[in-house]
Amino acid sequence: MLRSDTGKLSLILLMTPFLLWIVLLILLPQLGITFVSLREKIGPRQYEFGFGNYIAFIQEPIYWNTLLRTAWMSILVTVMSLFVGFPIAFYIAKIAKRRSRVGLFLLCLIPLWVSDLVRAFGWIVLLRETGLISGALQYVGLINGPVEMLYNDVTVVIGLVYTVVLFMIVPLVSTLDGMDNAMLEAGYNLGGNRLTVFRRIIVPYAMPGIVSGCIIVFMLTAGSYLTPILLGGKNSMWFTEMIYDQFITRYNWEAGAAFGVLLLGFTSLVIWLGLKLTGQNLASTVARD
Amino acid sequence: MFDLECENIIKRFGAFTAVDGVSLEIPSGSFFSILGPSGCGKTTLMRMIAGFETPNRGDIRLKGKSVVNTPPNKRNVKMVFQHLALFPMMNVGENIAYGLRCRGENKTEITAKVAAMLDRISMPGVQEKQISQLSGGQKQRIAIARCMVLNPDVLLLDEPLGALDLKLREHMKIELKQLQGRFDTTFLYITHDQSEALVMSDNVAVMNAGRFEQIGAPETLYHAPKTAFVAGFVGDSNRWNGIAMMADGDHARVVVADGLEMVVPIGGARPEVGGQVEVFVRPEAMQILAQDADISTAGMNTIEGTVDSLLFNGAASRVLVRTATGLLIEIVHRMDAGQVRVKPGDAVKVGWTHGAGLCFGEGG
Amino acid sequence: MKLLGSKLLATAAVCIAVSTSASSAETLRLLTWGSYAPDEIIKLFEEKYPDIQVEVTFSNNEEMVAKLRATGGAGFDLAQPSHDRIFAVQQEYGIYKPLDLSKIDTSMMEPKLLEGVKANTTIDGQVYAVPHQWGTSGLMADVSKAPDLKSWSDLCDPQYKGRTSMRLKRTILLGTAFAMGEDPFAAYSDLGKYQTILDKVADKLIACKDNLKTYWTGGDDLSNLMLSGEVVASETWDSTAYKLFAQNPNIHFIPPTTGALAWIDTFAIPAKGKADDAAYKWINFVLQPEMVKLMSASTGSLAAVKGAKDLLPDAQRAAVNAAFTDKDIDNLKFFANIPPGVEDMEGKTLERIKAATN
Repeated sequence: MLRSDTGKLSLILLMTPFLLWIVLLILLPQLGITFVSLREKIGPRQYEFGFGNYIAFIQEPIYWNTLLRTAWMSILVTVMSLFVGFPIAFYIAKIAKRRSRVGLFLLCLIPLWVSDLVRAFGWIVLLRETGLISGALQYVGLINGPVEMLYNDVTVVIGLVYTVVLFMIVPLVSTLDGMDNAMLEAGYNLGGNRLTVFRRIIVPYAMPGIVSGCIIVFMLTAGSYLTPILLGGKNSMWFTEMIYDQFITRYNWEAGAAFGVLLLGFTSLVIWLGLKLTGQNLASTVARD
Repeated sequence: MFDLECENIIKRFGAFTAVDGVSLEIPSGSFFSILGPSGCGKTTLMRMIAGFETPNRGDIRLKGKSVVNTPPNKRNVKMVFQHLALFPMMNVGENIAYGLRCRGENKTEITAKVAAMLDRISMPGVQEKQISQLSGGQKQRIAIARCMVLNPDVLLLDEPLGALDLKLREHMKIELKQLQGRFDTTFLYITHDQSEALVMSDNVAVMNAGRFEQIGAPETLYHAPKTAFVAGFVGDSNRWNGIAMMADGDHARVVVADGLEMVVPIGGARPEVGGQVEVFVRPEAMQILAQDADISTAGMNTIEGTVDSLLFNGAASRVLVRTATGLLIEIVHRMDAGQVRVKPGDAVKVGWTHGAGLCFGEGG
Repeated sequence: MKLLGSKLLATAAVCIAVSTSASSAETLRLLTWGSYAPDEIIKLFEEKYPDIQVEVTFSNNEEMVAKLRATGGAGFDLAQPSHDRIFAVQQEYGIYKPLDLSKIDTSMMEPKLLEGVKANTTIDGQVYAVPHQWGTSGLMADVSKAPDLKSWSDLCDPQYKGRTSMRLKRTILLGTAFAMGEDPFAAYSDLGKYQTILDKVADKLIACKDNLKTYWTGGDDLSNLMLSGEVVASETWDSTAYKLFAQNPNIHFIPPTTGALAWIDTFAIPAKGKADDAAYKWINFVLQPEMVKLMSASTGSLAAVKGAKDLLPDAQRAAVNAAFTDKDIDNLKFFANIPPGVEDMEGKTLERIKAATN
């Protein structure tokens, strides 16, 4: 009797932080946002319940074009992060010597010690017209006049990849680290070439890491604010910027909340589609037997 | 015709020589083991045969053709890894089909071959099972099936029984031997466990410090070891250091600790008189003589001592006898089979014939 | 995520505010602009009123309103929005409380500015704000490279292609409207007409986009662009231009021919402020001439007090004198109160411009 009571108590104690976190910090604010998004403003301090804010979104091509553009560029960033991150993760997990592995891993984490803002400014210092790269190229003689490398989509994508690639590398390293080298050797031994071993053994084995890395990277990118705005300059259109504008400069919380809900819904949809198309499911990502 | 030949193979890692001039020839369809302590170079040798390492010198031939320059995925040598290395993201059927698909065989053929292979290893219809659903022994068989479905010239097995519990290991020894017979394929088996090697093999190479000490049938190794290392490593022995007092013909008179004197046959080169020797006597070659019994001890070595303890283990039951000088002697002794009854503390006499045991001179 | 975050922060701020206000020593929580509460003034203030502690939160017009709106006017005791951000915001959200003018030493203030602010912020006979600092938005140019910059529309002159900048906010919409011969403030009373003006302005600025280097977002950003020479002409705050003048005398503030746009930052007390007396003390404290001097040195703007120009640091006074003639001063266009709905119209126009590619 006593035993089961203490068991129950420790269960409650363990669950409480988790539940508090979920309810107070995730569920309630999200519900609040959803609620606000369903209020239509009809006059000063007068509101009505309705879908007006969502209808306004659909009727304005600038809004949904920006959302589509944000999603599309986030997908691009995710794919590029995977291509950049996979070889790095593979090197750290499988090729690097055990001693240098920790160092390399830490090296990957160092940029995280610096804030987003500082990192974006770092890129600006490098890429601006009077910046280091432009200067160096002129010095070497590859170009005649200064060249502006900021304020275009390519720079935004590169900057974003740089910002988020760590979140691809970390889960990949931890899954690849668990892979027995003998499995690769078995792959070759049974007649596979590099490509088959990569395609049929390494990738399927790393799939949980790939899926979770892609989800994290995609969500982070779609929800990022500073990097696309600072590097994109006059040509940046990012959906979070629109949400910020609605909330802050236009005092339009209702529309901003609707945009927030739409961003969450749309990115979730993209992830769901991605999982469907690649035949993965979330459960196998979290727990593989 | 040999399925696998290695000729004078040398492999160095930096200043360390892992494999030092090893040669072997394995006839078709035989079960060959390489037995040695960990770090002796046996795994390196096997990895060179599989193609994961390249020898610094020497040649490896499969069915008479050199494969030193052939990449691992093009050699018809398949390998069962120590921890099996089954692919957890594929089911059983896909694991077995993997090699066939790499070869580009067509789908219907692959399905048929996989089914036939599962029948042969007595696990029909498990294609859809996940690897994690199999028992240890079943995983073992799938790992072998995955290789055998490709009809390899030689199957390499790298201590695959190491991870199993004792009971299953005993069982798998027999099963492996039977599988080898059924497939009629050459097996090259690597182990540090002499009982695995002795039980399953047609021939065993004993390896030490990068070299082969002796190659031979299990009985030969057991009864006629050529070196002190083989004598000590294969089977159990009582082992003493001593000094050769006299050597003539094939026997030597040896004095071990504190004046115990014995006559033993000479293994290897004849030891120098006055030189250090090692003496090996198998526990089953010795017997306990009742103290009072008046048995002729002519042609026998005898030692007196007291019974220290009884180690009952069925057919392998032993008695430990301690001599006055503190040597501990292990003797096979089955009281349940009618031999003299003793109990700890009894004074006994231990004897064995001059023909049993072996001695090796220094470096012999 | 970010928005959630700011909401949470606001909530947390309320919780902290509630808990701290219970403690004995009075706290004055100031919600103001980046340079409007220099450490030196805070130190002197706390020396004079030892039982008052000053806490400062730096912000801008939009965020000030957003923060106060999140809490219904709680969490801060004194805010400093611009004069055009009081009237409509108060009607809509009720986040300020009326001022007791008898507690403010209004005799120090420049009467023209005081009357202007009072006229702009009186609702039902109650005054909600008094002036503090004022300044203008206009043009800035490196006169050695862009000597002929006169009008807002000169930023779109192809001879400066890729060398101009502006902040994509309402100021540039209004300035461009004036440059096109319209009077946007007059059109506030007829939003239909205002929309047609905005559409014209949008077309103009979209066509102009290619001519710009980028849109600047803050004073540091703009300073960098100007000092590096990447940009030679830009829309600017006068205070930023004055600061740059000290570093590069070729960089001048230029009041546009149609008049610089003038703003007055005010004092307003949030509806649920808990330290009104301390707030009034702060207002009177910073109106003293010696404090005005310190303040202007920090903000780079003119204080709304009599003889403010004489209280400027020398370098700055030189910059102001170089920039403004008396005629320019007469030509100033003060931002008019923003009627409800205009922010939304302007916001949409800005989005259109931002999204346009050509």
